[in-house]
Amino acid sequence: MNLAITLLVVIAIAAIIGTVLQQNQPYNDYIIKFGPYWFEVFKGLGLFDIYGTGWFWLLLGFLLISTTICVYRNTPAIIRDMRHFRLDVQEKSLRAFKHRDEWQSELSGEVLVTTLGTRLQQHGYQVRHKQHDGYRMVAAMRGGLGRLGYILSHLSIVVICLGGAIDGNLPLKLAEMRGEIQIEKRNIPVSEIAANSTLGTDNSSFRGSVEIPEGSRANFVFLQVRDGYLLQQLPFTVALEDFRIEHYPSGMPKSFESDLIIIDPDEKEPLRQTIKVNHPWVYKGYAIYQASFSDGGSEIKLKAWSLDKPDAEPLLIDGVVKETNQLVTPRGDYALEVTDFKPFNVFPAEEGSGKEFHNYGPSVIFKLRAANGEAREYVNYQVPISVEGRHFLLSGMRDTPAEEYRFLHIPIDSDGGINRFMRFLTLARDRALIERIARRLTTSDFDMTPEDPNFNDFVTSLVELQQLFINEGIDAVVELAERRVPEEKHNEAISSYIKLVQGLLGSVYVELLQGEGIDLSEGVDATQAQYFDDALNAFSLLGPYGSPMFLKLEEYKHVEATGLQIARAPGQNIVYLGCVMLMAGVFFMFYLHHRRLWLRIEEQDGHATILLAAAGHRERSDFDHEFELMCGDLRQHSSAQAN
Amino acid sequence: MSANPEIMHRGLDTTPFLKRLGAFDWVWAALVLIGAVAAHRLYSDFMDGYEVGILYGTAAGLIWLGWGWKPMRGFSLAVALLSLAAIALYGSELTNGNSNFFLKFLISSQSAIMWMSALYVMATFAYIFEILSGSSFSGRVGSAMTWSATVMGSVGLMVRWRESYLMGADIGHIPVSNLYEVFVLFAVMTALLYLTYERRYNNRAMGAFVLTVISAAVAFILWYTFDREAHHIQPLVPALQSYWMKIHVPANFVGYGAFALAAMLGVAYLLIDRKPGGLLARRLPSLEILDDIMYKAIALGFAFFTVATVLGAMWAAEAWGGYWSWDPKETWALIVWLNYAAWLHLRLTKGWRGVPLAWWAIVGLFVTLFAFLGVNMFLSGLHSYGTL
Ligand code: HEM
Repeated sequence: MNLAITLLVVIAIAAIIGTVLQQNQPYNDYIIKFGPYWFEVFKGLGLFDIYGTGWFWLLLGFLLISTTICVYRNTPAIIRDMRHFRLDVQEKSLRAFKHRDEWQSELSGEVLVTTLGTRLQQHGYQVRHKQHDGYRMVAAMRGGLGRLGYILSHLSIVVICLGGAIDGNLPLKLAEMRGEIQIEKRNIPVSEIAANSTLGTDNSSFRGSVEIPEGSRANFVFLQVRDGYLLQQLPFTVALEDFRIEHYPSGMPKSFESDLIIIDPDEKEPLRQTIKVNHPWVYKGYAIYQASFSDGGSEIKLKAWSLDKPDAEPLLIDGVVKETNQLVTPRGDYALEVTDFKPFNVFPAEEGSGKEFHNYGPSVIFKLRAANGEAREYVNYQVPISVEGRHFLLSGMRDTPAEEYRFLHIPIDSDGGINRFMRFLTLARDRALIERIARRLTTSDFDMTPEDPNFNDFVTSLVELQQLFINEGIDAVVELAERRVPEEKHNEAISSYIKLVQGLLGSVYVELLQGEGIDLSEGVDATQAQYFDDALNAFSLLGPYGSPMFLKLEEYKHVEATGLQIARAPGQNIVYLGCVMLMAGVFFMFYLHHRRLWLRIEEQDGHATILLAAAGHRERSDFDHEFELMCGDLRQHSSAQAN
Repeated sequence: MSANPEIMHRGLDTTPFLKRLGAFDWVWAALVLIGAVAAHRLYSDFMDGYEVGILYGTAAGLIWLGWGWKPMRGFSLAVALLSLAAIALYGSELTNGNSNFFLKFLISSQSAIMWMSALYVMATFAYIFEILSGSSFSGRVGSAMTWSATVMGSVGLMVRWRESYLMGADIGHIPVSNLYEVFVLFAVMTALLYLTYERRYNNRAMGAFVLTVISAAVAFILWYTFDREAHHIQPLVPALQSYWMKIHVPANFVGYGAFALAAMLGVAYLLIDRKPGGLLARRLPSLEILDDIMYKAIALGFAFFTVATVLGAMWAAEAWGGYWSWDPKETWALIVWLNYAAWLHLRLTKGWRGVPLAWWAIVGLFVTLFAFLGVNMFLSGLHSYGTL
């Protein structure tokens, strides 16, 4: 018994560890979190997959054995106790009961046996009586099912554990221990997965998942095992005919469903059914669940402007979600890994827009991986987004998934394109032009002549400042300013540096406007001035943006994939049987109270002496009171007047 | 402190159960049945077979509760009338909630829940004052306020249910789908359980303890409302769109409510144990009775929690593809369950009583609290509702 209680507590504690430490994450995450030493220790203890480790199952096994023994030991006595009325109990024993009463009646023993017996039956007791030598014994009991409750509830633990063990992957664990099964950890095509990482259709219980794009099919699922997976074959093929998803106005999924076809060699015709969340399809003991959805390889067309050579003709890239393209750029080769595509993006709308939500249109998410393996993640929106009445193309960048995106706002032309921005950038990157302008500004704005000994240095530093700005961004300019002057002059220096850059680029902008044939005799109008500010803002982030290219989503063909979970759990019904036993057992135990009562009736000199004794199983507090009332009631019914 | 004689006496009445029922009991049954049939006819478009089953099952349960525990009838009628009034005032326009006086200040779900919050807190003070002053009037005021608060909380939930449908037929759902809603449910459940014991044991001093934990829940509700604006009705994610939610969650909260109640009586027990002749000892039931109520509450909680966990497993089998996934919420339910199983064993098989079990019940409340709040705050998993 102590063992049982200890086990309950120890299992609870082990289970706690499993919830506090996220299970079955990629092992690299654990190494980063705990360091290599503790990683090895924890791994050795199986803490990353507690519910799959030997010792946890051993604990459950102990509980199973302990409960089994407990039930085995107690059941015969309990059943005996439930059935036997103990009509032969000795007077001495009765007198030893805590609940006891004695009185006399003028009625005959025979009458008493029937009246009191009937009365007890009315109180819900089962009653037996026996004529002994010189006295009569009435024995009664009720609530016997309460004792059955113990058997039901404890046996149910055994039943549930057995059902669970059938569905647990015990055979798989053994096969793995014998080295017959090797967990696959690489991301490789299904056709290349080795035979010893593949489980046949004879595996009777598993739970795996698979993603099937629209129009595709699969006859396997992946079983996640620790930091790797196994391939589980199915005896039939599942094809996805159509996938549908509906959304709430907030963009949150409202419902998603898949039109599935099962092609089974045993069936002549393919079978069709639509599944959705909470409505699985159970076919031949295999249950197919709608678990998730994802991109099934949307085809996207991207237009790529070089940010280093913005005047070069943009490239056209045909990408597919979850595939990788090669990008050759002046900064070296990059892998363009297209990770996801979203046909729409709903966010809370701007204040005062009168709407609650706003759809920002399609977006593509990709990673750019440099040759050294470092990657940044980007999200680019297809449609220009209006901010305070102006329109921008948005592209977000982050270094790690834990960060928020930082957004680059590229102002768009009146025709919706970004050619003008690229032309402006071309000029801003044109070192010769910048130098020319810097010379001119040095003369006009700073009253220097080329003969001045500092003239060339000043021009060069102006040019360098502008180049720093355009190549590494505003943060680099701020840093430079902070490095060059003492702290109390930081703000002053920063604003003067920024003014210098602004001035230079302002002149570049004038060149751009003149090139476009715009009449500047009346100065630059507000729209053009605004464009300049917006473009400058975008320039200031190009450095940290870190991409050699700006990719614009041009066209797409959305392909969805359904995420299915397919499970085979032959133990499920056993578990459910156990659950029903458990629920019934628990209620029986708590709410049916087994109690017994004896009336020993002895006739003597024309009157009868009645000895009443009673006992409840694990006497509860209410029993005293109940007994008191019972005594009163039975006393009353043993007098002649009452009858 | 003696037990309520009226109730204890019933144990000995040998008239068959149905014959014991009076005219009012039958009127009650008829009213509930009419309500259920009306709801069925009005809303059958929104219900599947299981939900119809749940509706009539609930009606049967309510009739039975009303027969066994008479105050349930007045309570249910009050909730029904106020809720129907709110539904009528709303008509088909959610915006009436802002223009109609009664809705705006009394029985729109948000206002009702605010009334509930205020009343529970005031009731707590009334019960505490009763202990300090011995004024039984104050205790009665506490009871009345607790009853009113419970009515308002229930009305708040009922009306919220309606409001969610007014927001859109596809948004409508029973309001037990996120932390905000279940906290209201928790307060109401715990209070109802407490009120049965209050009547059964004819003692109001326990209210000071039980209402304290309810007030804590109220504090959370208020913080969640004003700081996090969590009181807005949100549509359901697909996994929650199931009839299982209607039985799994309420069953769970009978369990949580009972465990919370037991823990607070545990606190009372320990305080009295420290100062046997003190004020509390004079006002509260005897230690034996407290111990016994604690056991009864944990037994009730354990039974319902068992059912809730089983229902949860069955739901998981339908929604996630497996009846047990060692998801943190699931695992914590198991932990809570194992904890109270150990508690019951200590009491029933080892014969433990009193102080250690009172402490254990208090620790149990924290375990329970983690299962229903901590998991959402600190752990991630499949249970999608209500991250903080
Ligand atoms: C997961 C495992 C177990 C659970 C959930 C469990 C649950 C319970 C519960 C809730 C009770 C309370 C019954 C009442 O209120 O009358 C109980 C009683 C009892 N349990 Fe367990 N139990 C478990 C394992 C065991 C084991 C392993 C043993 C034996 C070593 C055991 C022996 C007993 C005994 C003797 C009683 C008293 C029965 C009675 O008085 O009718 N239990 N159990």
